Amino acid sequence: MQEHFEPLVLGFTCNWCSYRAADMAGTGRMKYPPNIRLVRLMCSGRLDPTFILKALAEGADGVLITGCHPGECHYIEQNYKALRRVSLLKRVLQPMGIEPGRIKLVWASAAEGMHLTKAITEFVDEIRALGPLNWPARTQIPISAKPVRQLEELPG
Amino acid sequence: MERITIDPITRLEGHGKIEIFLDPAGNVANTYFQIPELRGFEQFCVGRRVEDMPILTNRICGVCPEAHHMASAKAADAVYQVDPPRTAKLLRELLYSAFYVTDHTTHFYALGGPDFVMGPDAPVAERNILGVIHKVGLEIAGKVLQARKSGHAVIEMIGGRKVHPCTSIPGGQTKGISEEQRKEIEELGRWAIDFAQFSLKLFTDIVLGNKDYVDLILGDSYYIPMHYIGTVDENNKVNFYHGKISVVNPEGERLGTYEAKDYRDWIAEHVEPWTYLKFPYLKKIGWKGFEGGKDSGVYSATPLSRLNVADGMATPKAQEEYEKFYATLGGKPVHHQLATHWARLIELLYAAERWVELATDAEITSDKFRTQVTEMPTEGVGCVEAPRGTLIHHYWTDEKGILTKVNLIVGTTNNYAPISMSIKKAAQSFIKEGTVVTEGLLNRVEMAFRSYDPCFGCATHSLAGQMPLEVKITDAQGETIQVLRQYC
Amino acid sequence: MTNNTKPKFAMYWAAACGGCEIAVLNIHEKILEVDKHFDVAFWPVAMDAKYQDVEKLQDGEILLTLFNGSIRNEENEHIARLLRRKSQLLVAFGSCANEGSIPGLANLSARAEIFDTVYGTPSTDNPQGIRPQAEYQAPEGTLSIPAFNPVLRPLAQVVDVDYYIPGCPPESHQIAAVIDAVIAVLEGKAQLPPKGSVLGAGTAAVCDECQRTRNVKQIKNFTRIQNMGEIDPALCLLEQGLICNGPATLSGCGALCPAAGAPCAGCYGSLPEAIDFGARMVSSLASVVDEFDPRKIDLTMDEIADATGVFYRFGLAGSLLQTGKASWNEE
Repeated sequence: MQEHFEPLVLGFTCNWCSYRAADMAGTGRMKYPPNIRLVRLMCSGRLDPTFILKALAEGADGVLITGCHPGECHYIEQNYKALRRVSLLKRVLQPMGIEPGRIKLVWASAAEGMHLTKAITEFVDEIRALGPLNWPARTQIPISAKPVRQLEELPG
Repeated sequence: MERITIDPITRLEGHGKIEIFLDPAGNVANTYFQIPELRGFEQFCVGRRVEDMPILTNRICGVCPEAHHMASAKAADAVYQVDPPRTAKLLRELLYSAFYVTDHTTHFYALGGPDFVMGPDAPVAERNILGVIHKVGLEIAGKVLQARKSGHAVIEMIGGRKVHPCTSIPGGQTKGISEEQRKEIEELGRWAIDFAQFSLKLFTDIVLGNKDYVDLILGDSYYIPMHYIGTVDENNKVNFYHGKISVVNPEGERLGTYEAKDYRDWIAEHVEPWTYLKFPYLKKIGWKGFEGGKDSGVYSATPLSRLNVADGMATPKAQEEYEKFYATLGGKPVHHQLATHWARLIELLYAAERWVELATDAEITSDKFRTQVTEMPTEGVGCVEAPRGTLIHHYWTDEKGILTKVNLIVGTTNNYAPISMSIKKAAQSFIKEGTVVTEGLLNRVEMAFRSYDPCFGCATHSLAGQMPLEVKITDAQGETIQVLRQYC
Repeated sequence: MTNNTKPKFAMYWAAACGGCEIAVLNIHEKILEVDKHFDVAFWPVAMDAKYQDVEKLQDGEILLTLFNGSIRNEENEHIARLLRRKSQLLVAFGSCANEGSIPGLANLSARAEIFDTVYGTPSTDNPQGIRPQAEYQAPEGTLSIPAFNPVLRPLAQVVDVDYYIPGCPPESHQIAAVIDAVIAVLEGKAQLPPKGSVLGAGTAAVCDECQRTRNVKQIKNFTRIQNMGEIDPALCLLEQGLICNGPATLSGCGALCPAAGAPCAGCYGSLPEAIDFGARMVSSLASVVDEFDPRKIDLTMDEIADATGVFYRFGLAGSLLQTGKASWNEE
């Protein structure tokens, strides 16, 4: 483990609840660590597992996903999709050497600025304890050597 | 030491390489046949589901995935101690018989046959399937294509696809066949019997009717006495799909017959640091190096081996040919390794006859083609005769049927030491003090190798049946003296 | 075969199984069309040109090279770079070249571990722990074999690729269609598709071609095929609780495996828009699992055995993460 390791964590926050909570934390000057970079999604159900994989492959040490409490999703029940995706993705990644603790799902409503601040701080500490991920693939040749499709070929 | 490097040998999967070292007098001191490839199935199959093994191990070889699929399914059955319904076994063996016809056909016509149809010294531009077509006609090319087409049609009907079948699972098959399909399969099988007999007649006319070829086959250059193994049924007749493995020594004495699950009492694998492939040998005799004979553990598993080991063929037409084979070659066992080409055609005929036998079995269209597993998964061995040798899959699983350990002994691997020895013997026979290395000579070294039909080589089609070779002769300082190449 | 007026064609197998070669053979008579329109300059399985002959060609002298097999060792890498230089159009042919295929699962293990297993199997007699060496001093001279790379890679991670033909192997009717298209281009009757295109495949997922009946999915449990009683031959296999990779797999094969009663293995790889096959399977299954209680969700997901190996069966090396962490632990 490195001498002084500062984790780099990506946070996917849903627009209706947790992003507003983060906003609230900001205006209320509630401190949370600068290690997290927030990305706003319209819903936690928008979270494609690809985002998590790309984050980990390209330098993140951990990924935090925040959404509305079950039963409070702005789009009714899409946060359950996030719950299931994270549950399955952790099981896929563990045999690949990625500790389940590097991905965390937290529910926070718009009024829970304090709660969200605490959750972020906790998560950064947990990642600090796990150590850097340093996923090697990102130091290799570009991941984007991928086939492309021209729009004309899409089915009408 | 002066060296001749042949690299790459194409026509192998991966890239085999031969190093020939010459002593100061110019005779062959030693040869090394190196296999530079490894993918590691025995490692990355650990952690996989046992029901996935038939499709994962298919990808060991896309020329004979059917062999791996069957060995794997049988191992998975054994892991669950499940006995699939008779119809499942019939379907698997039927697919397997059609596959044998396709596979042995492509080897004989594309690789082995041109050496005899055109001759070992024929101009390189003609010594390939195109030359064969010109000499014997488009009709034969059409038959060869038809044989391949029919075989693959059957494989697809029973196995789901033409390459890398997907229908064998622990407990049986995922589908059966309809009466309409059965009729088509039977018809194709009857045609295959005619085709096999035609191929044997071709061999008789063109090879056995030619004194030079007979001398080549019966001569010393390709003669290596060794042990032989092969699978036999309860009557000691050749069976590709199921039976027990029998071993005979160079004098034809049966050393024993064992069940596949006991293979480790008989076979061990030797490692050398200059190649990725291992060398199996008979444990009871031991590894004595690259030597033939009674006191060396080197053995082979080829069509010739299977005929040497068995007491006969289980179908009438093939049995006739088997008797003719040994009558012509002077009794059992035959150590003239080039005769493997002939043995392969006899197997082709048996496979075609067996194809029809199975296609006309009353239970082949039954819908009882699988059974649910009930026992806890533990450990199991599955074995079939791949066209190129006895194939073993051994699986250990946890209580959830996830692989914890895998051991594979793959067909051609059995023959790695014999192929190495055959190459050395041929090289020693043809390259001597004062020899001018010619194209015909190079081809004769190739022929030592080719009769084993190595699986990494792909006896696929061949627009030019010529193995590309470059022979570079260097002096002791590494300066090139002579370079010979052969092209199509 | 050697006719200087015809454009040159090459086909090469790197770390491969030979299935792509057989698939090409299974176009049967059409192979003669290839011979008619091309001068086959290099095809190790079929004819005798050698690496040296490729090296002697001008850069770009080969019009079209079909490259199958993955980049497992240094020789594979060397030849990939050589053929890239000598070819105008380089096609990643088959699953290994496209995304690594099944041998890519070796990327979950360290190289040393692979060697320890292979050269120490229960039937291997190797008390001294001999391992193959890239260079070995035999009494007669030095022997060499190509070094085994720590990570297996698909072609596009090593050289620039012009087109992709997926499948394990590509289905022969698709290969035939591509050959027809290439000949049409040669005869001036058609344009080359845009660089980077996927050829010989469909434009949707395998489910689109599958003949089984599909309903709105509300899956409560997953099972394994050997444990099932009756398997409905007409109903979607995923709905019956089997893990079928169809939802994430590119169409074009005709959904042969589900038609034969087996779940789609995923051999055509992901749709071009999806950059990670495993992520698509996670999404697909999470969408159809009918559970809302977190504990029950976890239990249902636990019923999926070897999710890593099943979802990344063909595409691990070509995925976003490419490997497991262990493969980077060098001694």
